[in-house]
Amino acid sequence: MSLQDRTPVEPDVGVDEDGLDYDELEALLDGRVLDREDHVNAEGFVIRPDEVQQVLSTLKEEAGFDHCSAVTAQEYDDRFESIYHLKKFEDPTQELSVIVPTSKDNPVSESAAPVYDTADWHEREAYDLVGINYEGHPDLRRILLPETWQGHPLSERYNQTQPQVVPLREHANPLEEDHRGDGEDADTMFVNIGPHHPATHGVLHVKTVLDGEQIVDLDPDIGYLHRCEEQMCEQGTYRHQIMPYPDRWDYTPGGLLNEWAYARAAEDLADIDVPEYAQVLRTMSAELTRIAAHMLAVGTFGLDLYGDFTVIFMYAIRDREVVQNLLEDLTGQRLMFNYFRLGGVAWDLPEPREEYLDKVREFTADIPDRLEEYHNLISGNEIFQMRCVDTGILPPETAKSYGATGPVARGSGIDYDLRRDDPYGYYDELDWDVITEDGCDNYARLLVRLKEVEESAKIIRQCADLLSEWPEDDRTIQSNVPRTLRPDPDKEIYRAVEGAKGELGIYIRSDGTDKPARFKIRSPCFSNLQTLPVMSEGEYIPDMVASLGSLDIVLGEVDR
Amino acid sequence: MSSDHTSPADSTETKSTREARMGEGVDDRFNSRLREAFGSSPFILTKFDQFMNWVRGSSMFMLQFGIACCSIEMMHTYAVKHDLDRFHAGVPRASPRQADVMIVPGTIVSKFAPRMKRVYDQVPEPKFVIGMGSCTISGGPFQEGYNVLKGAEEVIPVDIHVPGCPPRPEALVYGVAKLQERIANGESSPVVVKPYELEEFGDLEDDELVEHLADQIDAEDLVMRYNWVDSP
Ligand code: SF4
Repeated sequence: MSLQDRTPVEPDVGVDEDGLDYDELEALLDGRVLDREDHVNAEGFVIRPDEVQQVLSTLKEEAGFDHCSAVTAQEYDDRFESIYHLKKFEDPTQELSVIVPTSKDNPVSESAAPVYDTADWHEREAYDLVGINYEGHPDLRRILLPETWQGHPLSERYNQTQPQVVPLREHANPLEEDHRGDGEDADTMFVNIGPHHPATHGVLHVKTVLDGEQIVDLDPDIGYLHRCEEQMCEQGTYRHQIMPYPDRWDYTPGGLLNEWAYARAAEDLADIDVPEYAQVLRTMSAELTRIAAHMLAVGTFGLDLYGDFTVIFMYAIRDREVVQNLLEDLTGQRLMFNYFRLGGVAWDLPEPREEYLDKVREFTADIPDRLEEYHNLISGNEIFQMRCVDTGILPPETAKSYGATGPVARGSGIDYDLRRDDPYGYYDELDWDVITEDGCDNYARLLVRLKEVEESAKIIRQCADLLSEWPEDDRTIQSNVPRTLRPDPDKEIYRAVEGAKGELGIYIRSDGTDKPARFKIRSPCFSNLQTLPVMSEGEYIPDMVASLGSLDIVLGEVDR
Repeated sequence: MSSDHTSPADSTETKSTREARMGEGVDDRFNSRLREAFGSSPFILTKFDQFMNWVRGSSMFMLQFGIACCSIEMMHTYAVKHDLDRFHAGVPRASPRQADVMIVPGTIVSKFAPRMKRVYDQVPEPKFVIGMGSCTISGGPFQEGYNVLKGAEEVIPVDIHVPGCPPRPEALVYGVAKLQERIANGESSPVVVKPYELEEFGDLEDDELVEHLADQIDAEDLVMRYNWVDSP
């Protein structure tokens, strides 16, 4: 913990006018860099597996890399490799990959968890799926697969047809074994929340130990929806077979935002340009899904706080239906759009265009009124405020260390939004604001979402105007993309977009075939959920439920 | 009993029992339209079974049970606009013990299947299951995944499958209506083909895997064993 409290001495080491100066960074690391690799997004420093903590803490303390986006683990023919994707919250275009190779027969590498709290879960995932052991990790056990699983499914030797045995035991009857702790008169009680529980937003299992009504210990148990998304994407061809899967990561629907994450990574990997007209279409439709996703977050948050299917939920669904109709007209589906293609989008606006754009404008014009309703109903409601203000506190430093992004980070006052900081699409041409709130509590996170809906509406309105004025002979929706994409072998890229829940990143490594050799998803919910114990330990159990609601996780994306 | 008791046959005109009972001026309750519909008898004759089936189909308590993407469309089906309540399939119940229909909306993976089986077992009889989406039919888009069950029917019996990825709310409503029809006709769910059962670890056949796990799992622990090779 002491590491993150110190303020960086000189955050600007290794930075010059045009971004990072990798030579200076290498010099800073004082001979610990064995080799340098060139990834499409950043340079990679290869280091020894027993110097991970030293290197990373130097980079964090002295070079200002305070954001560890993700840890990618993969197996090559001759080695295992963990990649730490580092960034700065200040400026996410300054990226650096730290590559840690380990040998095949003894894949042990030092854990980064003491440096970045977020590495805790990411390394557990890497251990679970690929089979790298992290030395010095506080709690290295499986995270997505059941504890009794045999083998590591993304490693090369894994046999998918071998039988598996999965026990039911974590789901102990709370009344049977309700005293945990030392000694006879320990008066704590163990409670299972989930995996089937109305307040867990799907199939999350939270193991809690209570002392009276207060939480002493909390351990989110995930993996009840781990449906092998990474494996599915590694089996699909770049051009067409991967795109349907992103829709199913964040299905609230963050669909188009997720598709954009894949599209952006793959386009940069294979050098595909996207026509401007398609970028506007993408921006507009993606923001529509953001509204739908935030509406669901608000609706289910109301559901968590007041119980049962009451008015807030119904209002939210009412508004979502409008968005979903718009999206259905555009993409042909209500939820699983599959609308983006590499190099553009699948088709143009539905005819008659003007009528459709009018509908869109009408919807955005209604938004302020509708938000007024939400503010009257929830954020202005005294009871609601009592539940949310000053509960689930997440201090900004902790949020950064856990890699929290999206509305969760912005609710803690961290001014981080990839749409502005690492621009893509048409965002940098439009006029909108990044919302931040300083409350750091459940209330702030809700306010951020409500206000972001308004900003999204602004973006959509501008896009609609652009689209109706767009010259008719310049409406290219897709650039020329070869039928089969085969990016050059050993090209690696990590690219992220601002999904509905935060930084949604994709790492792809190509091996010269038409399918990715490694496809890793950096899910914002996965990192955000890690902050739940920090927000809830010592608090009351109903506040934990509120915090969980305000984190707005979606299990499809947490588990992938 | 005594001679001054007049029998109906003595009166000047023959009245039916009903007319005699009702007398003049009383409103003609028995000649309601319902009566016409039923014919001469004021009683409905039905089998108790049939009646119960009709009742069951007309008042279904759904289990609030969300798994994956399909549950988003399921929520829309419950909420405004599609409002499943109109079809006597009411408000979702949070506890399986209060529910009698379980909609399974999503992908089932190895870690969740034993829990789902447990939830299913907690629903009191008679119970019905609607499989929503391709995932509950075959594993859907994730069929080839190392962790994904090839359909809900490997674990619990399913009465109605609603195809789609996800099915539109209208499709789910149709599925619910079909289920009601089946229930009213007294049709029961099909037999499960290859169920994965919850069994005690000690009862598993001894093989390499079981031996390997013996020190991690107690003999009395409930486990589910997946034989992926046998999956369709
Ligand atoms: S059928 Fe499709 S929408 Fe439904 S849970 Fe499966 S993947 Fe998701």
